[in-house]
Amino acid sequence: MTDDTHGEIVLRVNDVTHRLLVDNRTTLLDALREGIGHTGSKKGCDRGQCGACTVLCDGRRVVSCLTLAVAAEGAEITTIEGLAGDGELRPIQREFVRLDGFQCGYCTSGQLCSAVGMLAEHAAGWPSAVTADVSPDAPAPELDAAEVRERMSGNLCRCGAYPSIVRAVLSAAREEVAG
Amino acid sequence: MKEFAYRRATEVRDALTLVAAGDGARYLGGGTNLVDLMKTGVEAPARLVDVRFLPLDGVREAADGGLVIGATTTNSDAAAHPEVRRRYPALSEAILAGASGQLRNMATVGGNLLQRTRCGYFADPSQACNKRVPGSGCAAIAGEHHNHAVLGWSRHCAATHASDMAVAMAAFDAVVHYETLDGPGELPLAEFYPPVGDTPDRETALPPGALITAIALPGSAVSPRSRYRKVRERASYAFATVSIAADLDVRTGSARIALGGVASRPWRARRAEAVLREGPLTADRFRAAADAELSAAEPLPGNGYKVTLARNLIVAVLTELADRAPA
Amino acid sequence: MNAVNSIGVARPRIEGQAKVTGRARYAADKPMRDLAFGSVVVSTVARGRIRDIDVAAVKGMPGVLGVIDYRNAPRLNPEAGHFFGPDGGLQLLQDDVIPFAGRAVALVVAETLEQAKAAADTLPVTYDQEPHDTGFTADHPNARPAAPLFDGPEDIGDLEAELAASAVVVDERYHTPEEHCSAMEPHSATAWWEGERLQAIDSNQGPFFIATVLATLFSLGFEQVRVRTEHVGGGFGSKGMCGPQLVLATMGATLFRRPVRVTLTRDQVFLMTAMRPATEQPIRLGADADGRLRAIQHEPAFELSPLAEYIEGCTEPTKTLYAAPAIRTRNTAVPLDILPPYSMRGPGAAPGSFALESAMDELAERLGLDPLELRLRNEPAVGPVSGLPFSSRNLVACLRTGAERFGWATRDHRPRTRREGHLLVGTGMAATSFSVGAFPSVASITAEVDGTFTVIIAATDLGTGARTALTAIAADALAIDTERVRLRISDSELGPAWSAGGSRGTTSWAWAITEAAAQLRDQPRDPSRRVTVTVDTTQLLNDLPSMERHAYSAVFTEVTVDPATGEVRVRRLLGMFAVGQVVNPLTARSQVIGGMIGGLSMALHEEGVRDQVSGRHVNADFAGYHIAAHADVPDIEADFVPDYEPGIPFGIKGAGEIGNVGTAAAIANAVWHATGKRQRRLPIRLDRVVE
Repeated sequence: MTDDTHGEIVLRVNDVTHRLLVDNRTTLLDALREGIGHTGSKKGCDRGQCGACTVLCDGRRVVSCLTLAVAAEGAEITTIEGLAGDGELRPIQREFVRLDGFQCGYCTSGQLCSAVGMLAEHAAGWPSAVTADVSPDAPAPELDAAEVRERMSGNLCRCGAYPSIVRAVLSAAREEVAG
Repeated sequence: MKEFAYRRATEVRDALTLVAAGDGARYLGGGTNLVDLMKTGVEAPARLVDVRFLPLDGVREAADGGLVIGATTTNSDAAAHPEVRRRYPALSEAILAGASGQLRNMATVGGNLLQRTRCGYFADPSQACNKRVPGSGCAAIAGEHHNHAVLGWSRHCAATHASDMAVAMAAFDAVVHYETLDGPGELPLAEFYPPVGDTPDRETALPPGALITAIALPGSAVSPRSRYRKVRERASYAFATVSIAADLDVRTGSARIALGGVASRPWRARRAEAVLREGPLTADRFRAAADAELSAAEPLPGNGYKVTLARNLIVAVLTELADRAPA
Repeated sequence: MNAVNSIGVARPRIEGQAKVTGRARYAADKPMRDLAFGSVVVSTVARGRIRDIDVAAVKGMPGVLGVIDYRNAPRLNPEAGHFFGPDGGLQLLQDDVIPFAGRAVALVVAETLEQAKAAADTLPVTYDQEPHDTGFTADHPNARPAAPLFDGPEDIGDLEAELAASAVVVDERYHTPEEHCSAMEPHSATAWWEGERLQAIDSNQGPFFIATVLATLFSLGFEQVRVRTEHVGGGFGSKGMCGPQLVLATMGATLFRRPVRVTLTRDQVFLMTAMRPATEQPIRLGADADGRLRAIQHEPAFELSPLAEYIEGCTEPTKTLYAAPAIRTRNTAVPLDILPPYSMRGPGAAPGSFALESAMDELAERLGLDPLELRLRNEPAVGPVSGLPFSSRNLVACLRTGAERFGWATRDHRPRTRREGHLLVGTGMAATSFSVGAFPSVASITAEVDGTFTVIIAATDLGTGARTALTAIAADALAIDTERVRLRISDSELGPAWSAGGSRGTTSWAWAITEAAAQLRDQPRDPSRRVTVTVDTTQLLNDLPSMERHAYSAVFTEVTVDPATGEVRVRRLLGMFAVGQVVNPLTARSQVIGGMIGGLSMALHEEGVRDQVSGRHVNADFAGYHIAAHADVPDIEADFVPDYEPGIPFGIKGAGEIGNVGTAAAIANAVWHATGKRQRRLPIRLDRVVE
């Protein structure tokens, strides 16, 4: 069925091309989960209010629940399933396990994708709401716990793994950015 | 969510034509607000015209020493842009205080100006709301209005405007540029959001079908020491209870102040600005300026604290700006 | 005999790798052929009757398979219930009566998620509305004594005489709002029939218990029902019951004879699944001038629904924390037209200790005494109400160690004495307890011929670390390495077992595993044969002597307050815990820290707001109902004092709820210390602080 409200789209997910017939209403999150079978991205609220569905879209973190699948056509999507290399955990994943950066694990894929995107934003010199001076002439903000907390605040965790997540992000930051 | 058609526009004129064709077509930017409202049934467009691929992206220099921010520039890119940070730091701070990193990566500057109120009654189609269904009433005024307006509201609607970015833009006298099939137009931010009156559903002064193309920040408003401060019920990732964008020239007493979270639109605090122009910038004058602005406040039974909060915030931020100013 | 010790060793979670790579499957993640999706329609009125549901209006919509409402839904057994007797909350789609806003009125089943949701949004439902009452107050005319199932009323000593003889009396009233469990995973169930057997994958806290309720509800034999759980995205109490998602998915599978998945939307999680009821708690404390308590009176009221009995046992800590010659407690229930409340993390004790420990701080203030010293002076020798001995009571160790680490000794106890620029700074503390113990469970262990041991128990891991902890316990009980333990959990077929709840999951399961291991080790072994031992702990638990058994903690915190804006920030949070022997220090620390963050969130953010005109929630989403975000949470210090619970294998106690209890009072006390203004109403919002 292809009409005004449905159509075939091409989604690039974790370097793999997928052809999908989607309802225009289908969000990127549902296309990933129901269409491609990548259920690692989670639907915590479906309203952009929790961050559990965070994926990388052309390298930038976005919430896939408010991204329409049709609007994501042409973008390079990276999900939790594509975050690691072949069999090897990325440093950020390794540190989440080592430092217990999760409990129930439901927000974890969103926290991880968000952290990867956030570290790139910080490396690019982006300030945050807790950066003392946003001027480009001021020194770039050090990535300390306060910066990580502010920048990760779009990812809720009800188990309260926040302190461990912050430690894991800080611990992995150097390797992640260098890698 | 109702079924809808989706089109990507690559030319501004195509986008205008597709929306002008009617059928409740809407422009789709980042979708952070529109898609959400479609999920709750508040919005039900028959067609979405995706404008993110139009050549409206990026920040460029304006002839007057100001900046022009393209409408499809993401909030993140606008906030991170070196010249925005250098000349209009309060704007960068305002954008960074809004939503989350993910949402700022998606949301566009044009779309941000058009975001709808976060009033819980507006978001719930089974409740009365004059903004959503004109004439249906306002459930908030008799109901839960803890975070509703204290300035400039009417008995038809007490909802607040949710944008942080727009508050800073109001302080900087930004000008909204748009296109229509009949040609381009522009609206100063002060006129962009009409007063609530008895038409809370009419949220902007844009002509029907108009597409925002850019927002111009005047060179006359360049303020390297401007400041945005936001107070909310969580340290991050929450809408403003009260916020303020301010810049202050300590030599002349010239100030630009706008408040967020207190009215149906970014609230330009012109009374406070007038008081500051009148004399030396003492602590008393800051208090007098704040009092002058809030003298017009009409709190509802459940949100009087916002008047106190807004008053304190004006004084606190003016004090901070005065303290930071070079001797 | 133990060759290796796994208990006490900090180990990352067994399922850690699966969780950081997205491979861990939760209830809505399992791919399934021929799957249909159910979307729930909920009532928009708080009380009344359904006038009409116009099914014809959506039947022709694309993909719609059908609509279930009270006219065609399978009949349910009204006797089905949870811990408090028959539960009307389970009786979905049985009649036209609307008992509260958010009650399910229909399930729309369609081929895709989008189609089901679109039809559910479209389905016209009209009501004959009746006046509702959702206004909670302790002196409501319908207030009645709470059911005395547990936390029943107590009255020892002569309360009025002791109060009259007291040098100082605190007489205050404390309020907590409706709070929502808010697990990140929305409730989801997939149900289907295999012949005469009902199969379900559900997000819940105890597949065995849920299966028994589901069987009763649908009048099926228990052997006809199988409920599996696997990974669960948090529960915090809200998944302890047979949830609406499972009831409705079962109805869908029954009527449409194919697998049906029902996942609640986030707003439906708020509207339909267990919340903590609002409470109003008058307290009177009387003490001698030297701080010795003479009288404790704590008579809370909480709201509930006439559909289901429930007890928010706020006075549980009051009966055991401090010695006093007169103690009176009594719980009052106020029936309203609301969602039936149920246990949320730290049930009773979390709101109850907020009141009690705030009142203790007020008492210390009026006595001019160090609040720490006040607690130490009222340490009981035996249960103050029960008279029973304490099994292990290490509250004093928590208090002293915590105070030392926090640097409490240098505190100036007068309020509003510390300033940093425009900020006020204050510190506060609270002590607390949460009851522990175990419930009957069945475990079996099979010695495999390859030298491994298969350990089977219908436990669940909500993120508590149960998989990792039970593996360590089994290894030590069998005196083997953890690598030789194969643990199977999360399936109702694995036999009766207590749920993950009441801080009794790990203890109950560990007991059964330990006993099975002991019996297996006692058997003569032929390594070439599989041997299985199955143990039911029911009798063992009956033999456990009656004692006061509790976990304890002391929480210390430092806050900053901006009086101009009302912003409160928690700068330091330190908890010392006595939770028995710690099985896994890494995951146990995470669990108590998570609990403290829940307490922080309760103190500063959480509030279910109800519009009294419509009787409905107005903040049923994460933008409106705030839970603490990263930026609200400082680095948190948590540690354990040496503790061992006698009579329970390996001396363990539950740690799931104690962290949640006490933190809110500590923060409220710190806000008072910073500002001089008492916070007797949660959450501590901007408007309650701004000056």
